[in-house]
Amino acid sequence: MSTAREEILRRVRAAKGASTLETAAASYAGIDRSYQTTATLSHEAILDLFEERLREYDANVFRVSALEVGAAVTEVLRSRKIERVLIPEGLPEDWQRGAEFVVDREFSATELDGFTAVMTTATVGIAETGTIVLQTAPGQGRRAITLVPDYHLCLLPVISVVETVVEAMRLLELTKNLPTTFFSGPSATADIEMTRIKGVHGPRFVDVILMN
Amino acid sequence: MSRVPLDPRTAPTFQQAARALLGDAQLRKNVRHATDVIQTKRRKLVEEKQDWQALRESGRQIRAHVLENLDVYLEEFERNFTKAGGVIHWARDAAEAQKIVVGLVKEIGTTEVIKIKSMTTEEIQLNNALEAAGVHAYETDLAELIIQLGEDQPSHIVVPALHKNRAQVREIFRRTMNLPDLGDKPADLADAARRFLREKFLRVTTAVSGANFLVAETGGVCIVESEGNGRMCLTMPETLISVVGVEKVVPRWQDLEPLLQMLPRSATGERMNPYNSMWCGVHPGDGPQRMHIVLLDNGRTEVLADREGRQTLQCIRCGACQNACPVYRQTGGHAYGSVYAGPIGAILTPQLMHLEHSQSLPYASSLCGACYEVCPVKINIPEVLIHLRHKVVEQNGWYAPESLAMKAVAQVFRSERRFRAAQRLGRLAELPLVKSEKRSFAIVGQKQEASDGWIGWLPGLLGGWTSTRDLQAMPQETFRDWWEKRGKQ
Repeated sequence: MSTAREEILRRVRAAKGASTLETAAASYAGIDRSYQTTATLSHEAILDLFEERLREYDANVFRVSALEVGAAVTEVLRSRKIERVLIPEGLPEDWQRGAEFVVDREFSATELDGFTAVMTTATVGIAETGTIVLQTAPGQGRRAITLVPDYHLCLLPVISVVETVVEAMRLLELTKNLPTTFFSGPSATADIEMTRIKGVHGPRFVDVILMN
Repeated sequence: MSRVPLDPRTAPTFQQAARALLGDAQLRKNVRHATDVIQTKRRKLVEEKQDWQALRESGRQIRAHVLENLDVYLEEFERNFTKAGGVIHWARDAAEAQKIVVGLVKEIGTTEVIKIKSMTTEEIQLNNALEAAGVHAYETDLAELIIQLGEDQPSHIVVPALHKNRAQVREIFRRTMNLPDLGDKPADLADAARRFLREKFLRVTTAVSGANFLVAETGGVCIVESEGNGRMCLTMPETLISVVGVEKVVPRWQDLEPLLQMLPRSATGERMNPYNSMWCGVHPGDGPQRMHIVLLDNGRTEVLADREGRQTLQCIRCGACQNACPVYRQTGGHAYGSVYAGPIGAILTPQLMHLEHSQSLPYASSLCGACYEVCPVKINIPEVLIHLRHKVVEQNGWYAPESLAMKAVAQVFRSERRFRAAQRLGRLAELPLVKSEKRSFAIVGQKQEASDGWIGWLPGLLGGWTSTRDLQAMPQETFRDWWEKRGKQ
């Protein structure tokens, strides 16, 4: 008796004829990709669009110079009345201002649930869709830390903001093997009468600091 | 908490089921509202995309290319996912997939799993199989939770509980979560679900999911969602088991460029859904350290073998065709007798059933083409519907009424003498049925009385036409008659 694997692959080949790596590669190269691949806006306009989209998702956005980051963090956390913040390894010391910062040490699920806030950086921002891309890397940490706490403060250098999804995908090409999360605003559902409700299981509140 | 799943093998015909559901005014109102809202949002966001048609064409070509080379990409995916520390299983059919998943869960020794909404696991009726093995599966998507707690059935690919309104959801949650004071604001209901599930996310160590895309070059998996329940299931447990149709693979990371732009716009009318998760096998220190993928055939290779039907497998499960379909918008999803409802279900389900069941589904369409127009990967659904109608008639043999009628018509059309005779016979036979001022007869049903020169009622099978519209009587003189007379003058 053949294994399920052999049987399914045999059925696939019988259904449409066998392919080889070579024939597949040749036909792959012919795929039409005439969709938009580059930015159409100036970088300043891209940042404005990004900010507008994030605000549509009810995120607060702050633009600061590199030297003002610590002060901005202090200000944001104070306005949110947050005193204790979970952070991944690799965040610059001078950003950790205005609260108690606790570095993630493989906390258990229950321990993570004890944190109300998390602060991280991110890999890329996408203006068109108001998306921020997180990856498992220094400064961003493992996926669970940006998921369990109810509040996420995300810091992103302005040079990491692109206009389109395609540009972002091409930047991510180099690190595509890392666990990657795109998030666009706080978690949401429209399952009841198509009414968008903010915040189901992921963070319900998101603030973004854009750093020059 | 087990429920009777939608099963095409035991479901009534679409026409029978639809007749009953059309009488449910609340259901129709809920379905109409939900599909209207999504369609409006979708239209706006598709219009703002200048390159929408280029994205569609690219998406179509990518998905068609995958199907042409499916063996190559499945093997490549298997290689890379395995290299990344995951384990691949292959399942020929639903029973084999159930057995694999139940076996894995038993091996872990747990009696509970958390689940992400997955049409594939609905298709193979996994929850019932787990239940039978003493394992409780918690659905964590809000809509799936509503359906599970309400012992209901999904009625839409993307928003499975769109047939329930807030008052109905509140009743279900009040009863099953023991919350007598629960309000009926959607925010209250979502909050109740958040509290109900949070404890499960933190405690249950095994998760079951489907997947939106598999990426062959990296051995990667991509899951899109809104609520964060997906991220919880993908991140917190120790073990993740994903059941994925073999057609879900794409060759490269770059192929997600058009697909990730079209899927949210088409599915929920968003520029991007709140969360997309992508990962490649096991990553030390982040997420589940044991990963299994069950690659499911369950009739898909048979669809692949049908040249005309093959494009069905291009589907990325956005549900846009359901929202656009004038038939689905009237009946809702349950009439289709399958977890795959609407136009895509009308072509997918009968093919997965080898056309032995669901023979009525290819007829659950007016062939208006709205589904084709909104499909992000350009599946020509009307074309496949007609192809399947043809196959249904062929399969039912030469003695099926439709087959006999068509053969008779072919005989008549083949000879001028027979054609003229048929016309004369027709004029004679219809005489008593044509409405005239002198004669009038009662009309069955709600239809208004036919006007002069029209036929309002036909007997037997032909009555299907006149039950909702009139038929014009044949003219006293045909064009040929008139032409011949004119020549002689």
